[in-house]
Amino acid sequence: MRELYESQRAMRNMRKVAMQRGVIAILDVGTSKIACLILRFDGPERFRENDGVGSMAGQSAFRVIGAATTRSRGVRFGEIDAMAETERAIRTALQAAQKMAQVRVDHVIASFSGARPRSYGLDGAIDVTGAQVEEGDIGRVLAACDVPDYGAGRHVLHAQPVNFALDHRSGLADPRGQIGNKLTCDMHLLTVEEMAVQNLIHAVKRCDLEIAGLASSAYASGISSLVEDEQELGAACIDLGGGATGLSIFMKKHMIYADSVRLGGDHVTGDISMGLQVSMSVAERIKTFYGGLVATGMDDREQIEIGGDTGDWEHDRRQASRAELIGIMRPRVEEILEEVRARLDAAGFEHLPSQQIVLTGGGSQIPGLDALASRILGQQVRLGRPLRVQGLPQAATGASFASAVGLALFAANPQDEWWDFEIPAERYPARSFKRAVKWFKDNW
Amino acid sequence: MRQVARDKDNARIPRDPAPSRWRYRYQRLMLTPGFRKLLRIGAPLALIAGIAGAWFGQEANRMAVQATWIELRDEFQSRPEFMVSAMDIIGADGDLSGQIRDVLPLNFPVTSFDLELEDMRELVAALNAVESARLRVRPGGILEVAVVQREPVAVWRTAQGLKLIDAGGHFVSPLQARADRPDLPLIAGMGADAALDEALRLYAVAEPLTEKLRGLVRLGDRRWDVVLEGGQKILLPSDNPVRALERVMALDSAQDMLDRDIALVDMRNAARPTIRLNPPAAAAFRRTSGKLQ
Repeated sequence: MRELYESQRAMRNMRKVAMQRGVIAILDVGTSKIACLILRFDGPERFRENDGVGSMAGQSAFRVIGAATTRSRGVRFGEIDAMAETERAIRTALQAAQKMAQVRVDHVIASFSGARPRSYGLDGAIDVTGAQVEEGDIGRVLAACDVPDYGAGRHVLHAQPVNFALDHRSGLADPRGQIGNKLTCDMHLLTVEEMAVQNLIHAVKRCDLEIAGLASSAYASGISSLVEDEQELGAACIDLGGGATGLSIFMKKHMIYADSVRLGGDHVTGDISMGLQVSMSVAERIKTFYGGLVATGMDDREQIEIGGDTGDWEHDRRQASRAELIGIMRPRVEEILEEVRARLDAAGFEHLPSQQIVLTGGGSQIPGLDALASRILGQQVRLGRPLRVQGLPQAATGASFASAVGLALFAANPQDEWWDFEIPAERYPARSFKRAVKWFKDNW
Repeated sequence: MRQVARDKDNARIPRDPAPSRWRYRYQRLMLTPGFRKLLRIGAPLALIAGIAGAWFGQEANRMAVQATWIELRDEFQSRPEFMVSAMDIIGADGDLSGQIRDVLPLNFPVTSFDLELEDMRELVAALNAVESARLRVRPGGILEVAVVQREPVAVWRTAQGLKLIDAGGHFVSPLQARADRPDLPLIAGMGADAALDEALRLYAVAEPLTEKLRGLVRLGDRRWDVVLEGGQKILLPSDNPVRALERVMALDSAQDMLDRDIALVDMRNAARPTIRLNPPAAAAFRRTSGKLQ
């Protein structure tokens, strides 16, 4: 636990340094694209002093001054697969964003979608020492949580206290200053594979940047795509990415579960490529231009030029109807959604008071997805687009930028994590020395 | 499986949009504010300094610049606006003017940039006969030397000869003969110049005796003797000599004391003024007083 505290605290300190400098980069390493946003922090309400609306969910503290996207390379299932290629792709995105921002960034907050996230619910309880709950009691109750054996080679990415209970009163957001005897806390712990994290950190370090924070992209998309009451009442955000589909469940404005399905839009493209016998790039183009999920009579008549450049006239003049394309895409999308359904069921999503599901990410732009998703996932499905933030270019406001925007919000107002509280004093050797002195005093 | 070992011929992917590591670093360096400032300001400065340094490194160039500079400076300084063509001495008599012209050897016309007015003022003020001096270059190219001359108020006879001194006791000029300045009082003795104002007050008191008065002698740097015609002396005390002389003058005007055959009037003891008669007078006095007895 100690080294976890230290590495995460080091990142927090980096973030603080970056805030003082006022410029921080957001890097979303996805399977199909790498997005980089550069944020400038000027303090709250700098740009809209005389606007009566006030701060928009706190994100008016920053402004996007640079944005760039590049096609991702060397990333599979949201994990780095070929380090050198990924590094070059990150460099491309960063260089373009820096050029747009005309500023040099040294600190980056990164997110990734893969690395097999696993959620754990932890709880801990302590007896409050004083009359009131103090700051130190919170640290102690967090330290009292039983950490499950999440296995070697895994890394704690998020450890967020989601609920506090004092005696019989549960659902406290902040128990400090309240009077009670027994303090209980629930914590959500998210672990990912260590190697994926190390690879990402290494790739970013090779670009002469410092990591100021890491987040799961499922969590980041949840922050940006779910509106406030959805986060409060309970909702799931499903980020249909290129190589992995992330899902995160929010309740009372805290993430309580996150998972990822190792299937995504690239698999749909692969199916089209195999089914129509075309290259991946042509398949991607056909998917984005003509893709759909619900076939109608019209689609039988709409012929798509598949093309090719083999020189064989018959081969290069092939055509496929749109209904055929839909017939290829639909089973794969259904498979993804069913996998998501299974994960949601495993998480106990049906027990939540509100079962809103928000689809976001690049894959959510397939026409007819909402109809298909409502048949598989339940009635309360909507397509989500990320929150609008200041200075974000129009091209980067789409659903595929949900996790990048969410990461920007995360950078501006990070959630309290385990390591933000003081390590309880019992952990220090000074305490045991004091105890020895006390023993001597008592017995001699 | 993509090809991992790169083919040397195809080492560069033809349409790789990624910047190379060095290109990326270069761009980041160029976006660093301090470095940009250095380039924008430092580099031109360094270039200019380098060129100038290389040019001035040549001996001939340095000489040429120096020669040009001197030429330009001389040309500017010798413009008629700055030329001084004459000296005008105000407040000095002919003798002093000659001295001033001697200590300020100027070859007119001269440019005013070459005139060190403060040094020249000190030279002029160092002259004995000058109390204070003020120099300026008047419009029209005239060097004006305004001096306040010391006024001699007394003649001081010393072992080295006669000297004229002013009211402060400063030496003004030597004097050939007493007869050259009969209008000035004569003083003598060590420390007479320091007690000059007392001597002048005594002279004022001794106004009725002017034609008989020869001078004042300072004795022991302490008190005065008034020397009259024919070796007659009035010895004054060191304290309040003016009052003592006034008593003598009163006696003289009442009884014509000094016209009598008296060698010396001793006023040093105020309670007992004493006179000494000349020997014939003393003998006559002794005779007559003996007869009386």
